[in-house]
Amino acid sequence: MRNKLAAISFAVIFVLAISVPLFAHHGYAAYDTDKKVTLKGTVTRWIWSNPHCMIQLDVTDDSGHVVRWITETENPTTMTRNGWTDKSIKVGEQVTVIALPVKNGNPAGRILEVVLSNGERLAGRVNPATQVKPDDSPKP
Amino acid sequence: MLKHFVAPGIVLAALIFLPLVHSQTDKPRSPAPTAPGHDGWGRPIIPLAKDHKADPAPPHDISGTWEQPDASGNQVLGAKAAPEDGKPEHRLPYTPLGLEALNRTKPGNGTRSALPTEANDPVYSCDPQGFPRTDLHELRTTQILQTPQKVTILYQYNKIWRVIWTDGRELPKDPEPRWFGYSVGKWVDDYTLVVTTIGTDERTWLDRAGRPHSADLRVEERFHRADRDHLELTVTIDDPKMYTKPWVALDKFVMELQPSSFDVREMICSPSEFVQYNSLIGHTASDKDSH
Repeated sequence: MRNKLAAISFAVIFVLAISVPLFAHHGYAAYDTDKKVTLKGTVTRWIWSNPHCMIQLDVTDDSGHVVRWITETENPTTMTRNGWTDKSIKVGEQVTVIALPVKNGNPAGRILEVVLSNGERLAGRVNPATQVKPDDSPKP
Repeated sequence: MLKHFVAPGIVLAALIFLPLVHSQTDKPRSPAPTAPGHDGWGRPIIPLAKDHKADPAPPHDISGTWEQPDASGNQVLGAKAAPEDGKPEHRLPYTPLGLEALNRTKPGNGTRSALPTEANDPVYSCDPQGFPRTDLHELRTTQILQTPQKVTILYQYNKIWRVIWTDGRELPKDPEPRWFGYSVGKWVDDYTLVVTTIGTDERTWLDRAGRPHSADLRVEERFHRADRDHLELTVTIDDPKMYTKPWVALDKFVMELQPSSFDVREMICSPSEFVQYNSLIGHTASDKDSH
């Protein structure tokens, strides 16, 4: 029962948001900037490195399948301006990631925001308080 | 008799008061509502308060650790004063050869942005940015060291440095191209150092938007210290092979002086980290057959 509840609580919520252009400038060739997804899952990897930091997480979809997502933020230097550190995310932690999905349908996204298990919110891109501009494109 | 005490007295006074003068330059700043991140040692970066009144700039001195207050030196869409954002006023005056060279570049940003694995930006394989791209992309914390003979600039991105000779030498004739070229500087007034650079490597891009340059590129940088705490940088590109007229790439870009205790974070392009990035997300995001 408990496991079932846990599974439900980890269940993926894919929310295809209202089609509002989020960041209307260019540089997101791989991303669908008109959509966003909300992913609830368990962190399997947290990589704090250049060119961009990444969170890999296992998300269970409505049919019970576990899908491994990879999501990226920006580089560590920029992320420190948004309040992140190398210890912001912990492997095994349950988090909610709100991200722009890639256009090709693969389970990958560009992080807009992360909600930690304690409710703390971390901005993946712009912190309006510090007017930090995003480092806005993935690099190969 | 008194004369014997004058010189030692001056030395003694200097020894006593010089540390006080030095500590004044490190005085704590007025706290700002938000701190834009931390330095490499984990200490908060405290921006200058809006009503901060700076002391006058010292003459012929641009040394110090300088931080961009708003991270806009990243210049993700290309040179900040002329980004590739599709606006007609930002279209550069390309020559036919310049346009041809531009069409060979596939940047990851701007109106011509390519998929991550299709872009051919040389820095994606961790090639040196070279000059003037160090000014026009990832211009972050900048340390400037100065002696009468030269100004040395230490850049945060990739921990690279370049030398600007201020000893009166002329620029070399027909030099061997280098990633960062050959630079000489001259003070045109007490607070403005004008630097000219030639001899840069044609493999480099001017900026992240893939603007090209030829071996004839000549770059002018104007470092103007507006007051003790602010340094403005203006960069002008002159390359008749690629552009019909000179254009301003950076226009009075403002940097703020940091305490001398400021520790610069590492930010290095690591090939192995790029491989990891590509294997995890770069290829996943670019794969066209997956959908």
